[in-house]
Amino acid sequence: MTPRRKWSRYAIEVRALKILRPLGIAFFVLITLFPFYYMVVLSMREISEVIESPGKLFIGFGDFSTAAYERVLKPTSDGGEGFLRFLLNSAMLALATVVVTLAVSILGAYAVSRLEFFGRRSVHFLFLSVYLFPPILLAIPLFVAFSKMQLRGELWVLVIVYIAQTLPVCVYMLRNYFDTVPVSLEEAAEVDGATRLQIIRKVTLPLAVPAIAATALFVFMIAWNEFLFALLFLVEERQNWTVSLGVSQLTNIETPATTLMAGSVILTIPIILLFLFAERLMTEGLTRGAEKG
Amino acid sequence: MAVEVEIQAPPGRRRARATRARRDARAGLALVSPTVIVVFVMVVLPVLWALTLSFQRIRLLQIRRLDVLGGEYTLRNYDLLFGSSEFLDAARVTVLYSVFGTAGAILLGLAAALCVRRRFRGRGVVRGVMLLPWVAPIVAITFIWRVMLSPQLGVVNAFGTDVLGWDQPIPFLSQENGTITLLGLSIGVPTALLVVIAFEAWKSFPFAFLFILARLQAVPGDIEEAAKVDGATPTQIFRYILLPQLAGVIALIAVLRFIWTFNTFDDIYLLTGGGAGTEVLATQVYSFLTARSDVGASAAVAMFMAAVLSILLVVYLRFFGERERA
Repeated sequence: MTPRRKWSRYAIEVRALKILRPLGIAFFVLITLFPFYYMVVLSMREISEVIESPGKLFIGFGDFSTAAYERVLKPTSDGGEGFLRFLLNSAMLALATVVVTLAVSILGAYAVSRLEFFGRRSVHFLFLSVYLFPPILLAIPLFVAFSKMQLRGELWVLVIVYIAQTLPVCVYMLRNYFDTVPVSLEEAAEVDGATRLQIIRKVTLPLAVPAIAATALFVFMIAWNEFLFALLFLVEERQNWTVSLGVSQLTNIETPATTLMAGSVILTIPIILLFLFAERLMTEGLTRGAEKG
Repeated sequence: MAVEVEIQAPPGRRRARATRARRDARAGLALVSPTVIVVFVMVVLPVLWALTLSFQRIRLLQIRRLDVLGGEYTLRNYDLLFGSSEFLDAARVTVLYSVFGTAGAILLGLAAALCVRRRFRGRGVVRGVMLLPWVAPIVAITFIWRVMLSPQLGVVNAFGTDVLGWDQPIPFLSQENGTITLLGLSIGVPTALLVVIAFEAWKSFPFAFLFILARLQAVPGDIEEAAKVDGATPTQIFRYILLPQLAGVIALIAVLRFIWTFNTFDDIYLLTGGGAGTEVLATQVYSFLTARSDVGASAAVAMFMAAVLSILLVVYLRFFGERERA
């Protein structure tokens, strides 16, 4: 090592980094966490009090209020916004999407990963391009077609749309995983006389449980968070609204900001819980292969 | 893939292998067909149909009577489009929004990845927290921003007027042009556009962060150690060792983020509704389709978007497709 003077460029940089790194971490934690903190605080304050002191960032004694949540969750017949119903709609929609998408994409990903068939490469290319296509372009023909068939307000129609939207990325994620599982196990099962479907069910699937769980959570989140198609298809059918759509429509009438934030909390909590539960699982599934550069 | 070693196999074995390949091919097609059918019916066909719609004069009210392949084909939609300043403005804003949104997300993501690269206590938690903007529902986070930036009850304007001494609250999401006065110099800025770009960078930096961090952790430590021994400073190590290693993944993120930002509808629709100089092509498609119920014109705008993206996709596959296949 070369001897260094006290204020060499090296020493200055190392010292600066020693201060900058923690500051940077603090900065990023602040900008990512603060908005969510603000949302929760606001959802529990009185609106009149918020207008009086908008800069206050905590809930004072006696200021705590659950009025916004009551208003959001109560059914419309009781003067509320009926979000319990929307929660149910969103959950059913997301679960149905997850189940069907997984069933279809496991088979597809297995085929693309393991079997040499005519058009294998182009299938992969097709899926990739779907993932990168503007959803708004797809929205036009689907909107027109389902309007024409008078099916536009139905929840199951939206399930089909979501399946088509999430299938490509599922096949991609699962294929990446199958590629890492050695074929030798399957070959052993084949020697023992198992059929293709038996091999998938008894050998490949049990090994792929973490990848399948990660993919399922990913699809659930996409379906739960989706907004554009829910807006286009369901906006006229209030009883079929999803939570996302319900929150977005809170601004149409004169709704206090606290109610808006309470709706947002209800919309966000399931996603954050899922994410806490499976963060590692999901991020690894997504970035697998990125290490190769 | 297992490497097949072709040894002079007896004729019977060879036939077995041929039927095996055929059986695999048949199984492959059977297993992949549900996926292909769904994608074909719900994506490929609709896109082709949208192409035909863009060449017709169709209003939403007529769709009950609409023939699937329609009547007269005309270039009118495209003619009107390229002559309209609305469309050209939206195209310009879309490019600005995509370029700066992408650049902002990558810069933030890179900085964040460098910050949490080394182990420290609570690193896992910090990493998880930083992914929140990316996983949280878009409707919720846009509304948080709207409330935070609100001139009446938002915390940002409260802070600005109370602490920073602003004369009056700034309507961040409805002001098209504002002025910043710095050292006596007044600069005009597109306020709302800057805010939606900042939002985009904030919302998608976790994506860049995740991929850059994954790549950073795969950089072999010995090159860096060697450079340190030779007296390289941290910025030199970053510039000459880390950055070249990250170039590939950054380019990939840039292409993907650009495409996704270019497609974005939700964020701008929910933040500004496309007002105050933030109308992008995607929100224009929506307003043509719903507010004006002009199916033909909205399909034409969407087709223009698809054409631009196809060009990008070809570029993307040129540069990265090779690696994917390898």
